[in-house]
Amino acid sequence: MRPVVEIRNLAKSYRRGDQVVQVLRDITMDIPAGDFVALMGPSGSGKSTLLNLIAGIDTPDSGELRVDGTDIGDLGEADLAAWRAANVGFIFQFYNLMPVLTALENVELPLLLTGLSRSERREHAEAALGMVGLGDRLEHYPSELSGGQQQRVAIARAIITDPTLLVADEPTGDLDRASAEDVLNLMDRLNDELGKTIIMVTHDPHSAERAHHVKHLEKGVLAD
Amino acid sequence: MESFKLALRNALRHRLRTGLTVLGLVVAILAFGLLQTVIDAWYAGAEGASNTRLITRNSISLVFTLPITYRDKIRRVPGVTGVSMANWFGGVYITEKNFFPQFAVDPKTYFELYPEFLVPPEQMKEFLRDRKGAIVGRKLAREYGFKVGDVVPLRGTIYPGTWSFVVRGIYDGAEKSTDTSQLFFHWDYLNESAKRTMPKRGDSTGVYVVRIASPDQAAEVAQAIDREFRNSLAETLTETEKAFQLGFVAMTEALVVAIRIVSFLVIFIILAVMANTMAMTARERTSEYATLKALGFGPGFLGRLIFGESLVIAAVGGAVGIALTFPVANAFAAKMGTLFPVFNVSPETIWMQVAAAIVVGCAAAIVPAVRAGRVRIAEGLRAIG
Repeated sequence: MRPVVEIRNLAKSYRRGDQVVQVLRDITMDIPAGDFVALMGPSGSGKSTLLNLIAGIDTPDSGELRVDGTDIGDLGEADLAAWRAANVGFIFQFYNLMPVLTALENVELPLLLTGLSRSERREHAEAALGMVGLGDRLEHYPSELSGGQQQRVAIARAIITDPTLLVADEPTGDLDRASAEDVLNLMDRLNDELGKTIIMVTHDPHSAERAHHVKHLEKGVLAD
Repeated sequence: MESFKLALRNALRHRLRTGLTVLGLVVAILAFGLLQTVIDAWYAGAEGASNTRLITRNSISLVFTLPITYRDKIRRVPGVTGVSMANWFGGVYITEKNFFPQFAVDPKTYFELYPEFLVPPEQMKEFLRDRKGAIVGRKLAREYGFKVGDVVPLRGTIYPGTWSFVVRGIYDGAEKSTDTSQLFFHWDYLNESAKRTMPKRGDSTGVYVVRIASPDQAAEVAQAIDREFRNSLAETLTETEKAFQLGFVAMTEALVVAIRIVSFLVIFIILAVMANTMAMTARERTSEYATLKALGFGPGFLGRLIFGESLVIAAVGGAVGIALTFPVANAFAAKMGTLFPVFNVSPETIWMQVAAAIVVGCAAAIVPAVRAGRVRIAEGLRAIG
């Protein structure tokens, strides 16, 4: 299967005061389309940084990073924003929903960047929320939903634009065991039934078991 | 439209904070409007002046009078179509607190030159008939409860003694800006007494009011009048009525400047408060802005959210402040009595209040919007709201 993510000799460093901290070194890997990959490693190993680079919310210092054929390292800020809107769905540990918007409006949010009409946006958002089992919670605000439900709203928001990639940073990190299972089941379904490529950063070996492949990072280097 | 909806809802997230900021804006916009109205009131005399009237006074000072013989000479100056005279009386009604202007005037000609003072014909007839009669303005009559037939006792300060005037008429203003807080009485009555008790002040007047045919002739006629009395014992200074009134304002210019500065300082202070509110708001939402950027929204969208929220708060505060300006100004004017003869909230003041609210709303949002636009997504997502 052709790789949807192609990474060659990727490096990333941060400056902390006078010190330069090398976070990622010489990362080379491919992720095939439709794969479900878990990135694991201890804190500070660079797994979230690698996820951010793949998702286009940070830029590498050197190396090559192609997602679905686009060299995203070459894109300017505005182009990268447009690319993210069209190609990446984000699932965050703390859901990152807009508290003043209802579940439906939160899911509809990424569609504001498309040319869809208001009624079309609403129709799509209702369908996405129905898919994650929240068809009866459309008008609820995040504060009126449980953690698991909020994460499912976030997943609906992530898939609403039918992106190439779903990136999830500790998606079950803030959830109880039952809610975490629901979210992982949902991600399984998105991978199995919709063929979504998922890259998930996790500390939790139980969550990582759901992935097809697990990549380990140690001190900024791929361990296997 | 969606960004406006989001901005509106964001504005209501911290109701107490937003409410207090709106309250601050209301007070600031109201104070700004009131102070501007006080400044306007200061200039009301000059603004209400006619451009076809000149004032001739003693060139040394207003304290010095002009001989009554000048009247006919002024009347003969080419371009002059009417002459009257007025003399400041400076009497005290019961106590010094009850200040209002009183003028001894030539009753026949004075009201011809001031058509904006509207006196019912029958009252005017009674006034002309009664040597001790007086005409009072509507505002003055309302302030002290004067009615036609009432006797108004005044204790003279420039002209000693107790003077009694019978109210024979009440004048209204033709315009909203017309001063109706004055009292006019017969110059003859004053002169007769002055000749007896203060001979030096007899047969003289404080100023001549000169009507000219056209405003274009003002400079030419003024020069001609002053030329007429050059090298006399009482040289004259003739100027337009507006310039004459502005001369009084100039005496208190520092106070007007101070009020003006304070009015703008009030706006600057609320701008600082509002900017602080918006900065706190934006800082708390760093994670949300990072999320929106991650989803593909650009700095423009974030800017619209922040500017929208700031402008919503400023608009509500501004609207309430402007709405309150009218009743508060009326109450203030009532409290001040005749100190401010004309105290009207002008359309210019309203526009300045609107502009102040918009400027505060926009300026307060600039820095937070720029910062939100520069939020680095990876760092912003880690921020705790």
